[in-house]
Amino acid sequence: MSKTIKAPVPEGPLVEKWNNYKSNAKLVSPNNRKKLEVIIVGTGLAGASAAASLAEMGYNVKSFCFQDSPRRAHSVAAQGGVNAAKNYKNDGDSVYRMFYDTLKGGDFRSREANTYRLAECSASLIDQAVAQGVPFGREYGGYLRNRSFGGVQVSRTFYARGQTGQQLLLGSYQALLRQQHAGKVKLYARHEMLDVVIIDGKARGIIARNLDTGKIERHGAHTVVLATGGFGKIYYLSTLAMGCNASAIWRAHKKGAYMANPSWTQIHPTSLPQSGEHQSKLTLMSESLRNDGRIWVPIDKNETRLPGEIPEEDRDYYLERKYPSFGNLAPRDISSRAAKEQIDLGKGVGPLKNAVYLDFSRAIKEYEKDVIAERYGNLFTMYKKITGIDAYKEPMKISPAAHFSMGGLWVDYELMTSVPGLFAIGEANFSDHGANRLGANSLLQACVDGYFILPYTLQNFLADQINIPKTDVNHPAFEESERLVKDQMQSFLNSKGKKTAEEFHKELGKELYDKCGLLRTKEGLEKAIENIKNLREEYKVNLLVPGTAEEVNSELEKAGRVSDYMELAELMCIDALQREESCGAHFRAEYQTKEGEAKRDDENFCYSAAWEWTGNASSPVLNKEPLVFETVKPSVRSYK
Amino acid sequence: MKITLKIWRQRDAGSKGAFKEYHLDDVSRDMSFLEMLDTLNIKLIKQGELPVEFDHDCREGICGQCGVMINGIAHGPLKNTTTCQLHMRSFKDGDTIYVEPFKAAAFPIVRDLKVNRSALDHIIAAGGYVSVDTGQAPEANSIPITFEQAESAFDAAACIGCGACVASCKNSSAALFTSAKISHLSQLPQGDKETSTRVVSMVNEMEEEGFGFCTNTEACQVECPEDISVLNIARMNYEYNKARLVKK
Ligand SMILES: Cc1cc2nc3c(=O)[nH]c(=O)nc-3n(C[C@H](O)[C@H](O)[C@H](O)COP(=O)(O)OP(=O)(O)OC[C@H]3O[C@@H](n4cnc5c(N)ncnc54)[C@H](O)[C@@H]3O)c2cc1C
Ligand code: SF4
Ligand code: FES
Repeated sequence: MSKTIKAPVPEGPLVEKWNNYKSNAKLVSPNNRKKLEVIIVGTGLAGASAAASLAEMGYNVKSFCFQDSPRRAHSVAAQGGVNAAKNYKNDGDSVYRMFYDTLKGGDFRSREANTYRLAECSASLIDQAVAQGVPFGREYGGYLRNRSFGGVQVSRTFYARGQTGQQLLLGSYQALLRQQHAGKVKLYARHEMLDVVIIDGKARGIIARNLDTGKIERHGAHTVVLATGGFGKIYYLSTLAMGCNASAIWRAHKKGAYMANPSWTQIHPTSLPQSGEHQSKLTLMSESLRNDGRIWVPIDKNETRLPGEIPEEDRDYYLERKYPSFGNLAPRDISSRAAKEQIDLGKGVGPLKNAVYLDFSRAIKEYEKDVIAERYGNLFTMYKKITGIDAYKEPMKISPAAHFSMGGLWVDYELMTSVPGLFAIGEANFSDHGANRLGANSLLQACVDGYFILPYTLQNFLADQINIPKTDVNHPAFEESERLVKDQMQSFLNSKGKKTAEEFHKELGKELYDKCGLLRTKEGLEKAIENIKNLREEYKVNLLVPGTAEEVNSELEKAGRVSDYMELAELMCIDALQREESCGAHFRAEYQTKEGEAKRDDENFCYSAAWEWTGNASSPVLNKEPLVFETVKPSVRSYK
Repeated sequence: MKITLKIWRQRDAGSKGAFKEYHLDDVSRDMSFLEMLDTLNIKLIKQGELPVEFDHDCREGICGQCGVMINGIAHGPLKNTTTCQLHMRSFKDGDTIYVEPFKAAAFPIVRDLKVNRSALDHIIAAGGYVSVDTGQAPEANSIPITFEQAESAFDAAACIGCGACVASCKNSSAALFTSAKISHLSQLPQGDKETSTRVVSMVNEMEEEGFGFCTNTEACQVECPEDISVLNIARMNYEYNKARLVKK
């Protein structure tokens, strides 16, 4: 039965809510903290910062990641920067303005109080990171430097060259290892979580597989936190890392945690295009390139000349034409959609006709090559490494790529899922970005969740667990979980079919990108659901996994991840199908204005969809959390 | 392109390993080196053989998880490039390529090309941080750091922890890796307070983990994908000697 969910937020005006919460939250005395155990799955910015902060407070933390070192979590790959309302530029920035930009950027589909809190805690993150030794960009005088990022009019982005994620992550990784050294954190690298264990209605542990030995392990605790990142890799080709997955949150979903707005995926406009069937991932090129690069395609779809030989009158600078005031700097969702439109018209460029040109020739003429080299030199070098092409001489080829999951586990104001004692932080939850995330806001969210929010809200939960003894991993719930996990792996190994997990994943990704990507239609989504179901049936009988479960086996790891993707993919389509409006990254062809822009329907769809597992992937229950705007009035997002 | 591969296969740290030869007939120049291995693995799986295990994750040169010896060079022939960013256009039709794991006493083999580099984490855990708890930080702009200072610290902080420096060193020393962290933190006012304790405990840990001593061959910088400078090693040695002197 479908229900309406309430997510109580603290009393008081927006600006006082978080302070009110903190003043009234329950505390645990230092003496009692020693007795409590916390499992944190994930060592990205969210997981590492939470683990370090909780260990510093005195809790016993067990920290898990599937990579061989916590420092390799995919937060490491973030390039552009992190936002904070410091107003160092004196350009009129404030917590309120940052909150409003984020809410508007998300097309008014996030919870007001959460989004405000994100902006409110942003300044402290910069303080914390600087204290840890994060080498942010500086002015010559020694003060911190800022730049501006898409969708806003102030400069509030802090950055560390093109490696902001790496440097922030090293800060929290080092804090984490400091606590490991102090004996407060136990690290389990190369461990993959395969199930959440629930005892008496509360999350009390996990089942994990040691990827070096294949051994299945049971880990108990008083509470479990999932910080397992985004699942954009479901599209196969994406800017995510090869091991990024939905398995942790999907298995939690199957244990009762609601999955919110799963179809909302940000597709980034400036990634490198696929170059052939062998391709395994897409590399992001910083969006900053759009400041000086002009995007175009040939007007004639049968064009055969090299880009340099095509005269101006035979080119279509479609962003400049369609969005005269924002031009090449139109927001991510709009730019990506416009590129897809051209590619679908057959005007794509490159051997697979799957890209558009990003052309620097005018900028090079205007400012000289040196200026462009100073601004984007490292990106031009990276481009050359990957494609072998010199972008000073010929335009880059770029194309859209799946990038960020706005959807994820549903959480309340305390970041707790619908399963008591199970928390979700960072990209794994759905909370702050609405239907479209602003650039440089997600590093922030991961950090703020881990450093500044969870330490309060988790403690509020733990205060009631002081008298609960250590979790017994021989409890029947552990037995049962372990048995199911082992049976599933055995079924993958037994199937002995003809296709590898990777091959299935490629097919699934293509289906999803075509029909539940940038542009969605009722017809397409219904077709996708049918195709995904068929693919899932085939997966049961035609999967080929070598080796055994009791050894290193990357193929077996993939098989589990793809199996979860097969189910989640259907939910994404179901989610996109029920939302008969366009908002942010979710664009339904049937719901657009005469000018072809997204048409939101606040009357009927001003809610977050929180899906509940029923045992059958094809018939989930839709619960709705109405979005109530106490402070802000939703307006129409326009970039014309 | 036609490529012959000679790949190191080894079941686990306790077993004996050996090179095995494989042939690929239609390698595209645009494939990355790892995509070439993917192609080989699909072929092996379909033939009922075990695929080659290798480490990788981001495939964009930043996580540090990939890394193999290619024709005896850590991360292969291209300078300042990780294995995942190397493309097959760096090779010629008909080439034979030797692929081995990063070998060092401190990096036990897990399987085939996968090794265990957790010793590098242990070095960081011994002191590679600023001792600041969440919530203790002062306002970020209260301590200015000059542009040059920040840039220079960044050059050292750019290390991705891949271990190529260890694999390319005839002594299997982790001096470049360790000195990069020491150098990053000691150049910043937030980190310099702990320099002397940090350097002593990190250097001691490096020895305990079984890494060799640095004899200044400078092979490490040559094969480091981030071009981390050997000057950091000089700085580490200076700080180490200073800390020892002060202690005496
Ligand atoms: C290429 C790229 C560039 C980006 N650039 C920016 C930017 O400039 N600014 C910005 O704000 N945001 C950016 N983002 C988004 C941002 O980086 C992420 O949203 C954020 O880092 C996510 O952090 P996280 O801690 O939630 O997850 P992650 O850093 O992805 O960490 C996930 C962790 O969970 C672990 N894990 C996952 N599944 C399991 C499992 N089953 N068992 C055990 N462990 C598991 C992993 O090992 C890892 O430790 C970018 C993203 C990408 C992909
Ligand atoms: S110093 Fe260079 S080679 Fe050594 S671990 Fe760091 S990045 Fe890799
Ligand atoms: S796979 Fe991440 S650096 Fe190569």
